[in-house]
Amino acid sequence: MTGDRPPRTSATFPPHVIAEIHRAAGQGIYSIRGGGARRPLPTFDDLVFLGASVSRYPLEGYRERCGTDVTIGTRFASKPVTLKIPITIAGMSFGALSANAKRALGLGASAAGTSTTTGDGGMTEEEREASDILVYQYLPSRYGMTPDQLRRADAIEVVIGQGAKPGGGGMLLGQKVSERVADMRVLPPGIDQRSASRHPDWTGPDDLEIKIRELREITDWEKPVYVKVGATRTGYDVALAVKAGADAVVVDGMQAGTAATQDVFIEDVGIPTLPAVRLAVDALKELDMHRKVQLIVSGGIRTGADVAKALALGADAVSIGVAALMALNCNAPLWPEDYAALGVSPGHCDRCETGRCPVGITTQDPVLERRLDPEEGGRRVRNYLATLAMECQTLARACGKSHVHNLEPEDLVALTLEAAAMARVPLAGTNWIPGWSR
Amino acid sequence: MSTREEIDLDAVPVRRLNRLLQGRDGTRQAGSFDVRNPRGRHALAAGLVDPIDVVIHGHAGYYCAGMNQQARVTVAGNAGTGVAENMMSGEVRVHGDASQSAGAAAWGGLLTIGGDASARCGISMKGIEIVVGGSVGHMTGFMAQAGCLVVCGDAGAAFGDSLYEAELYVLGKVESLGADCVEKDMDDRHVARIEDLLGRAGFAADAGAFRRYGSARQLYHFRIDNAAAY
Repeated sequence: MTGDRPPRTSATFPPHVIAEIHRAAGQGIYSIRGGGARRPLPTFDDLVFLGASVSRYPLEGYRERCGTDVTIGTRFASKPVTLKIPITIAGMSFGALSANAKRALGLGASAAGTSTTTGDGGMTEEEREASDILVYQYLPSRYGMTPDQLRRADAIEVVIGQGAKPGGGGMLLGQKVSERVADMRVLPPGIDQRSASRHPDWTGPDDLEIKIRELREITDWEKPVYVKVGATRTGYDVALAVKAGADAVVVDGMQAGTAATQDVFIEDVGIPTLPAVRLAVDALKELDMHRKVQLIVSGGIRTGADVAKALALGADAVSIGVAALMALNCNAPLWPEDYAALGVSPGHCDRCETGRCPVGITTQDPVLERRLDPEEGGRRVRNYLATLAMECQTLARACGKSHVHNLEPEDLVALTLEAAAMARVPLAGTNWIPGWSR
Repeated sequence: MSTREEIDLDAVPVRRLNRLLQGRDGTRQAGSFDVRNPRGRHALAAGLVDPIDVVIHGHAGYYCAGMNQQARVTVAGNAGTGVAENMMSGEVRVHGDASQSAGAAAWGGLLTIGGDASARCGISMKGIEIVVGGSVGHMTGFMAQAGCLVVCGDAGAAFGDSLYEAELYVLGKVESLGADCVEKDMDDRHVARIEDLLGRAGFAADAGAFRRYGSARQLYHFRIDNAAAY
């Protein structure tokens, strides 16, 4: 009678696991892809705001001012950067991204009054020219890293890890290592480029302190120095970054994207952004450094609600990567035949590592790159950033706040036990924070 | 007769030294400087941009002459971690020993070390020339991309691991080679290059007796058959 039973999917071996075993058995190597974690995770979606009512009164939604500006680097830098909105563009390399994409991000960020960030491989003229405020990443590979570029930057971000792959180095497969990319990185064109995961001249927090001091000496103590970590042991990492002299700490949760790395890294290393914010804020408060060392949170930020919730939990700003690329038409239903050639469809594409991006973002192919008009892309990024800021203001006004930084954890409740425990806000309708109260 | 300016770090903070050497007062710097009482302080003579001559009389801490451009910096003593890291041009000369990561990620210029260099000498080098009078520690030349390293003594374990197109030469023994690093044939061009570097470094050695090491280029692309190499 077993033939009459409807098929039951195994929870241990669902179709995607079976497919991966088949793929691994055929190819004998781990899966490499772009994008971020696909698995369901506790997110900012699991939190809601308690809008004002009788006990608190709101601001007029369309009339009363609600500030969005943030200044980063007030601790030591003589020239801190001031952003009009608390949303920055995350570091993404020229190499992973096309030159047009980098220029579009710069134009969009500048129009919105915020910063964009370089990546592995150094600074391109296109992004420097397009970006009013450019953060220069200082990475383990030091690809393209020159003191002249360091001095031309507005801030320096010492990258220790990223949320998609904490503990791992960058990866750029040979099909994207064009002559220009190779020349900037001093590598043979076409090789599979695997960046180092540790910096070549320091290890540990004591060395980091000396390294930051060297960077400041070379740049005359002008520029804010950020330290970026992938979210893992976030409390310790943030505290050590502060001890090492950071002006700002960037905490990148596991939902963050990458242009290429092992799937097992993306899915199985790191903690979600939600608990990482709270751990980072706790560490800063313990050191009496909250709001003195700015906290920038990234990893899966998509909406103004995400921005507002991160700020309410104590972040000073957020950073977006994948979402900014989507504003540039990543995964848009254009060129369907080219998505099909990659074995994916619009809305499901994470084949950044192939360099065959149908919409011209994650490619070095000149034909594909021309599909992205940097001026039009810049407008789209500006529009998206403006939308995020307006949504964030809308929520802040509803909670009675005249500045988005006045949002606070008490404005939030959680819809799930996991989110309540991780964000340390009560489960909706209760006074219960699992693990913290009875 | 040229004049030399003297800076006493027991009386002047490192910040003021570097501002002076970097020409931060708005004028391009020229001339010669003697730095007294360095006492292992960090980031000495870091970020120099002009063709000045700096002699540090004593031991330097981390990142001495870091990111140097054009300047000639001499350490009349030992140097700490990351001496001449990310150097672009110019010359850095260490009379004594150097700690780990000497010349790390450096693009150009000449680094000479009279004594030994510790682990990871020349790591991620991108075009610098390094001459070491003594021996070098483990993982020297790790991921070395371009440039030339000459070692007059011995080399520690995992020499040249995962290197790219840098040229490595050793006169003495190599404890072990790292992944994808192989010994290569020497010809007259290689001997001439070693002679040139030894001459500029001021070291005496038989250039013809060195052995040359470089990348086998087997790990430039992912192949499952190479998995055991890592």
